[in-house]
Amino acid sequence: MSMTLTSGETAFQARSLFRSLLRQSSQFAAYNFREYAKRRTKDAFRENHDKGLGEREVQELIQRGLKELQMMKRQTVVSQFFQLDRLVVEGQKTGKQTGSEGGIIRQTSE
Amino acid sequence: MASSMIVVMRQASRLSSRRSSSSSALIRGSSHFRTSAAFAANKAAHRCYVAESKPNKAQVNVETAIKADQDAFTAQTGKLPEKVQMPATEMSADVMMSPVAGILKQATVMDEGTRPIYLDMQATTPTDPRVLDAMLPFFTGLYGNPHSRTHAYGWETEKATEQAREHVANLIGADPKEIIFTSGATESNNMSIKGVARFFGRSGKKKHIITTQTEHKCVLDSCRHLQEEGFEVTYLPVQQNGLIDLEELDAAIRKDTALVSIMTVNNEIGVIQPMEEIGKLCRAKKTFFHTDGAQAVGKIPIDVDAWNVDLMSISAHKIYGPKGIGACYVRRRPRVRIDPIMSGGGQERGLRSGTLAPPLVVGFGEACRIAKEEMPYDSKRIQKLSDRLLKGLLSLEHTSQNGDPERFYPGCINVSFAYVEGESLLMALKDIALSSGSACTSASLEPSYVLRALGNSDESAHSSIRFGIGRFTTESEIDYVLKAVRERVTFLRELSPLWELVQEGIALDSIEWSQH
Repeated sequence: MSMTLTSGETAFQARSLFRSLLRQSSQFAAYNFREYAKRRTKDAFRENHDKGLGEREVQELIQRGLKELQMMKRQTVVSQFFQLDRLVVEGQKTGKQTGSEGGIIRQTSE
Repeated sequence: MASSMIVVMRQASRLSSRRSSSSSALIRGSSHFRTSAAFAANKAAHRCYVAESKPNKAQVNVETAIKADQDAFTAQTGKLPEKVQMPATEMSADVMMSPVAGILKQATVMDEGTRPIYLDMQATTPTDPRVLDAMLPFFTGLYGNPHSRTHAYGWETEKATEQAREHVANLIGADPKEIIFTSGATESNNMSIKGVARFFGRSGKKKHIITTQTEHKCVLDSCRHLQEEGFEVTYLPVQQNGLIDLEELDAAIRKDTALVSIMTVNNEIGVIQPMEEIGKLCRAKKTFFHTDGAQAVGKIPIDVDAWNVDLMSISAHKIYGPKGIGACYVRRRPRVRIDPIMSGGGQERGLRSGTLAPPLVVGFGEACRIAKEEMPYDSKRIQKLSDRLLKGLLSLEHTSQNGDPERFYPGCINVSFAYVEGESLLMALKDIALSSGSACTSASLEPSYVLRALGNSDESAHSSIRFGIGRFTTESEIDYVLKAVRERVTFLRELSPLWELVQEGIALDSIEWSQH
């Protein structure tokens, strides 16, 4: 998982992997896993961003990232099958309703 | 009786009237369907058009399937109860919940979740999705018995369990052959303590065991059991900060001491005992050293060789692994002899007979691999969250941290809130999953024996709460907890007459309570 600009193609590959990992992360139904996956992806890419890794190392990291992506594709589906009620912290920060479905009156505090 | 009959009849008639109205709607609907079907048939006769068959039309695209699932899920959140029809009835969810709401037709929907925040990581941790991903193949296709030597089903699971054993061994700096899989840390503790004591007590020479007062219940109970068998047990007291005094330990070790059992990280207050020094002392005195590492493995760096640990108990579900599996590290050089509790087929070097559970073992191994890989990242993050939580909690007046403020695992914070009863605070904090001590003892209203061993008063032990932070805890959860604790501690204190006295500056010790 890295983003060194050793060659244009690798950088493109890395960036595309980063985006797909993030997109997949947000599909976790469970709040804690979702936030962790997003955070871990960002931190992993940031960590290796300016390390000046060689082409080979970058390719290895990309391969690892692809493995993680496959794992996440499976696990997000599993997580959506066994969805539980949401946590008390969820939806508090944004608080806004998106879309017109439902028309929800929100209770902000207990 | 008669009135209830009337009620029943009225309900029945209401039901039947409702049913009749809906069935008529059904008929209307079906007639409409018939006409439209006829129209479609007409149309189809006009244009004989068949969609071309392409391979990609026959295949299920994973992306699309996931997207469809996701859409279905988001469409579900924010469902209004009046629109949901309850299964097996003809009523809407609104009417089911409250008939009045059904009449008013404007029930408030709380789109926020109601599930509490999980901050009880010492009791157990959520299973990491990566761990589950490694386990699933062994629940579905790879079901062989790892001890079967005659077919491929056995070979593949055996290979996987050996791989897992290596991951576990790597995490604690041991050799894979020294890892014995058990059902959990409790079994490992029992196996180590009873096993060593019975093996070396048989000759009648070594009849003494040393442990501490703050150990986990299963260690203390095993020791008490051995006492009944004629062993002598010394329960070492701990200092005010929860750490043991090395000189006291040195003085307690005798010639006939078979085993010293001291836990690495305490499950209630999180203090880390000076393992290296204890190990050196035990090695010098030629006694075996067992440690309960359930709360330490995967969270702090461990090296059994550097620590001179002879036996160590490990649990999988404390490091984001599955429940129902653990391991016991049993040193081979110098060899530790154990009298096995389980007899049978001689699996696991004959120390723990019984078929291994490959899915659990593989999950455990994966959890250990991830723990080793992620330890720098996780500990940095947990330290950050822990500092934030601790600073916020201690900024409240009359709060204090239990245990040593320097030598503790940051993922376990035990704080006393004076003049508030812990149990009532736990009740007030229904939206946060916390506990006042270990899960095994939190059902009883007894104050925690660990906190009593530190020399805390009954009141202080009663008012303590343990906060556990883990890999999946987020900043917003910590902020939510801080806000909730601050508000509700203040609220509970306002109710308390003692708090009023304290505010007026009266020391509670100076009050003479009248007897009734």
